[in-house]
Amino acid sequence: MNQTMRVKRKARVETSVCVACGCCVKVCPMGALSISDGIYAKVDDSACVGCGKCAKECPASVISIEEVTA
Amino acid sequence: MKKRWYDDLWIASLLYLVLGFFNILFAWLGLLCFFIPLLIAAIGGNKGYCNRYCGRGQLFGLLGGRFGLSRRRDIPRWMKSKWFRYGFLIFFFAMFFQMLWNTYLVFAGAQDLKQVVTLLWTFRLPWHWAYHGTLLHPGVAQFAFGFYSVMLTSTVLGLLTMVLFKPRSWCVYCPMGTMTQLICKAKHPNTRS
Ligand code: SF4
Ligand code: SF4
Ligand code: SF4
Repeated sequence: MNQTMRVKRKARVETSVCVACGCCVKVCPMGALSISDGIYAKVDDSACVGCGKCAKECPASVISIEEVTA
Repeated sequence: MKKRWYDDLWIASLLYLVLGFFNILFAWLGLLCFFIPLLIAAIGGNKGYCNRYCGRGQLFGLLGGRFGLSRRRDIPRWMKSKWFRYGFLIFFFAMFFQMLWNTYLVFAGAQDLKQVVTLLWTFRLPWHWAYHGTLLHPGVAQFAFGFYSVMLTSTVLGLLTMVLFKPRSWCVYCPMGTMTQLICKAKHPNTRS
């Protein structure tokens, strides 16, 4: 397991202010988003490619694209 | 993404507003956008209505998105705060019950039918052309005028915030959206946001 650390971009939802409208789910080209129990949006990190479409669409602007090391 | 049948429900929302312009009794259909989301939330425990079927959200998305009628700015922080969202929900309900009370008064014969649509709880628009008198009780028409007022008011507010902020900004403070989210929270006490 000598994989080098790589920086990847992933969507992050500030769940406490998410209104669970689902606008982000509709625009995600990877199907990486889902609304968890009608309360907030959840990102599937393994599917998210960090394109930022969801962040642009979110009416509450509660999604940011962050760099994570994987 | 694959297009689904429910992606065109914005047509129904638009049609609703148009029909109410010609015959106010169509306003009764608006009860569907009231009970369906609540039932989905209460029985299914999810926001399937917002997430899939809501034509109003789609309409704002279309006008603000595809037609570009939106500045696409971030909504102010206070508008997504809990106190504003819950406060607006309470205000909306207070106004709703006042409308029901007026309907009751007409049903009880204590008040005459007022053929007006009240915009933003303040402005009374003449709307008499949309009612021709029917075999039904005037109270039935009063409810229709009142309910249409609620729908038109929320549409106007939604259009305003669509232009100012992101296309579907209305969804941030939409009373139905807030209420269904609250029901879901109550149904899933262990899902913490
Ligand atoms: S678009 Fe924004 S507010 Fe709506 S569900 Fe997605 S993250 Fe939450
Ligand atoms: S950043 Fe792109 S891939 Fe990731 S969740 Fe958002 S829309 Fe989907
Ligand atoms: S928040 Fe309101 S307008 Fe937005 S999708 Fe839900 S019910 Fe429709």
